Amino acid sequence: MRPAVVEAGTGAPVVGGDGAAAADRTAVAGREVALVDLLDRLLAGGVVVTGDLTLTIADVDLVHISLRALISSVRGEETLAW
Amino acid sequence: MTEHPRVSYAYAVTRGLDPADVPAVGGVAGTGVHRVAEDDLAVVVSTVPEGDFDEAALRSRLNSMDSLERLARAHHEVIDAVAVRSVVLPLRLATVYRNDDRVRSLLREERERFGAALDRVDGHAEWGVKVYADPDATPSPGVRVSGGPTGSAGAGGGAAGSGSGRDYLRRRREERHSRDEIWRNAAELAARADAELAALADEVRVHRPQNRQLSGAPGENVLNAAYLVPVERTTDFTAVARGLAGSLPGTRLELTGPWAPYSFTVPARAAETLEAGR
Repeated sequence: MRPAVVEAGTGAPVVGGDGAAAADRTAVAGREVALVDLLDRLLAGGVVVTGDLTLTIADVDLVHISLRALISSVRGEETLAW
Repeated sequence: MTEHPRVSYAYAVTRGLDPADVPAVGGVAGTGVHRVAEDDLAVVVSTVPEGDFDEAALRSRLNSMDSLERLARAHHEVIDAVAVRSVVLPLRLATVYRNDDRVRSLLREERERFGAALDRVDGHAEWGVKVYADPDATPSPGVRVSGGPTGSAGAGGGAAGSGSGRDYLRRRREERHSRDEIWRNAAELAARADAELAALADEVRVHRPQNRQLSGAPGENVLNAAYLVPVERTTDFTAVARGLAGSLPGTRLELTGPWAPYSFTVPARAAETLEAGR
């Protein structure tokens, strides 16, 4: 039987407009963030700017190749159509 | 050009990060991070070997699960550490510039866009909420689906009469019934979460539901949403999420956070229109 709510901290960031007071919370390491939750954010979120060295890696490419890495690591040879 | 050319890996745009308070973290290459400032804005950057971060290197990194995970976690660790110190606007994974001067010119070119985005997320944190249809999440034995040997439906009646078509059909009907109920409950919980949590958030983003094989999480993910919540509403938000969590059998709710505002670096369409109308 599993609990109906599961909580996972990221160990960090709530910063008010007043800023600095939160610094001492840094050390509070939460449980490790799930990689899928992280990739939801890192691959689909974040500001997209044109870097110097990644010009030809389009967003979709980045997500796509990373997902392929994910999937192949989980399922071996199979690929996911999406 | 030196023998081992170096480039600048950029993590996030910040405002008000004290130069003396740059976090002592290793970053994606273990070389530490520093601040590249222009007026009131700064980008948190690592100086990294070009050979490890050019397009070909990145491509192969992103194609390997282990190195993708290392990169993602190192990137996140830096952003997390900065986010407790100042307002932060995360950059997409693997944003690399020739050098710090190029980062400075990025800050000059994009200062309006960055400034507006920092204003939007300042004083907020991102929270993740996932709703699952999960038969095992319920304390009630009646709604277990596809029970197998532990299913309550089949256990009593016809141990010897397992060949009975009528028993089989009844079992199937009960299984289907409870499965339907779990899906209904999960959909209802997702709708409630959407309404009650969104009311406490300034913005909402819905991510693609997570694939069970990738997440390893039990049950079927029916809602994967992110909420941008003002810090003063944190307690209310988490309380409502917890309240929703236990409310319907066969469902599970996962709350993650607080996150840096990864999912909210671009204004929502509606918010954009709203802003424009002011």
